[in-house]
Amino acid sequence: MRWQVPRTIELEYVGGKVVRFFSHTGAVFILLGQTVVALAEIRKRVGLWFDQMLFVGVRSLPLIVITSVFTGGVSAWQAAYQFKGYIPLRYLGTAVGKAIVIELAPVLTALVVAGRVGAAIAAEIGTMKVTEQVDALEAMGISPVSYLVFPRVAASVVMLPVLTVFADFIAIMGAMAVAVFFVGLPGEIFLNGVKLFFHVSDLMSGLVKAAVFGLIISLVGCYHGLSAEGGAEGVGQSTTRAVVWASVLILVSDYVVATLLFSI
Amino acid sequence: MIEIVDLHKSFGRKRVLDGINLTVREGETAVIIGGSGTGKSVLLKHIIGLLEPDEGSILVDGTDVSSVRGEELYLLRKKFGMVFQSGALFDSLTVVENVGLPLREHTDLKEEEVLEIVREKLALVGLSGVDNQKPAELSGGMRKRVALARALVAEPEVMLYDEPTTGLDPIMADVINELILDLRKRLGNTAVVVTHDMASAFKIADRICMLFKGKIIWDASPEETRDTKDPVVQQFITGTSVGPIQVV
Repeated sequence: MRWQVPRTIELEYVGGKVVRFFSHTGAVFILLGQTVVALAEIRKRVGLWFDQMLFVGVRSLPLIVITSVFTGGVSAWQAAYQFKGYIPLRYLGTAVGKAIVIELAPVLTALVVAGRVGAAIAAEIGTMKVTEQVDALEAMGISPVSYLVFPRVAASVVMLPVLTVFADFIAIMGAMAVAVFFVGLPGEIFLNGVKLFFHVSDLMSGLVKAAVFGLIISLVGCYHGLSAEGGAEGVGQSTTRAVVWASVLILVSDYVVATLLFSI
Repeated sequence: MIEIVDLHKSFGRKRVLDGINLTVREGETAVIIGGSGTGKSVLLKHIIGLLEPDEGSILVDGTDVSSVRGEELYLLRKKFGMVFQSGALFDSLTVVENVGLPLREHTDLKEEEVLEIVREKLALVGLSGVDNQKPAELSGGMRKRVALARALVAEPEVMLYDEPTTGLDPIMADVINELILDLRKRLGNTAVVVTHDMASAFKIADRICMLFKGKIIWDASPEETRDTKDPVVQQFITGTSVGPIQVV
């Protein structure tokens, strides 16, 4: 006879997970509220805010350039393959351009930044937490939300849309390069395709999404950093959780924001 | 004045503080001794509001630390300077930035004035030429001294020291002891020192209190402590493994 998990243990396990999920969600919303309140100290935090913008934005650019070139390239290649024999290739730019601006650039940029910046935020704040540096801030009468969380959240909300604009441009260039050199479509026709049916609202919706993703990455990173316990192992676990949760929430919120912005 | 009344604290099922009563008068240096893991640092963190008690209260000049929140708590904390066991210096900041942080945060002093005060405090703890070094580039003793400079830069009314001499060689430990005595002479501030370094305790204390099994079981002058017949205190100060304090 097969051994089965006793029903009470199953319920206890599932119940525990559900309670933990809601308590984490509640705590993240409380942190968001405290971060909004910390806006009052924005003038005091301008220096830290700019430092973080440099880290989140400028230093992420090389990575965004590489991922965007290949994202654009593969989109053009796959679209050309799908079009073959059914749809004229002059519409290649239209399909690829729309997909990049609305979906691919914001989401893939956010996922790359979640891996780079979200992990760095959780690891840095987590290390500060387990080495009593967060306690030291508190002991000095300095709010960790104002000093650590606010600059990171504000920088991510501003810089994710900026990175997405770069990603949009670079991915379209990558797609055009593939169209010109491997598909045999003249660049002018590809660009005309991009311009066809292009709406500014498409670009804006991608940027709104990017700002939401920036909020998610930074807030989740800060929350898991501040929740770190123990030593190096605890910091490692917090960092992993920050990246996993940020990635999952980026995809979930992508759907939610899309349903709110685009009515079918 | 700091007044701790019937303080209880547990972590999970482990009861760490079991009804602590302690008063530290203004200008006094109270040293709390006790073995590792007896809750000395937990007690210190309650005084500055980093931990909330399960029961009891901590009164600082009449204000219950556990009953204030947010901005009010941050204001209350400005009365304190705390030296953490590990130093807790900010890795990403230089020595000057670490020490000057409380001034930059809480005063409107110009950068030159902040630098002047920071250099003065660093000189007080016997440090010079390390202004632009990061904590990782300093030795353990230097880190402790930078932490001390940071804690006293805003000239707080109360200093809290969490094992200030742990991990230092005897000579460096004595340098820190002299600094603590010197600071008290200059600033006349109240101090609570948590330690298990008896040489340090006898040198700097006005009163020695011993924490054992979650309670203050001894509270007397250094002289009385040295001459005590209390078996627990005697075992601790002589550092023998045989006696009422069970190691395992």
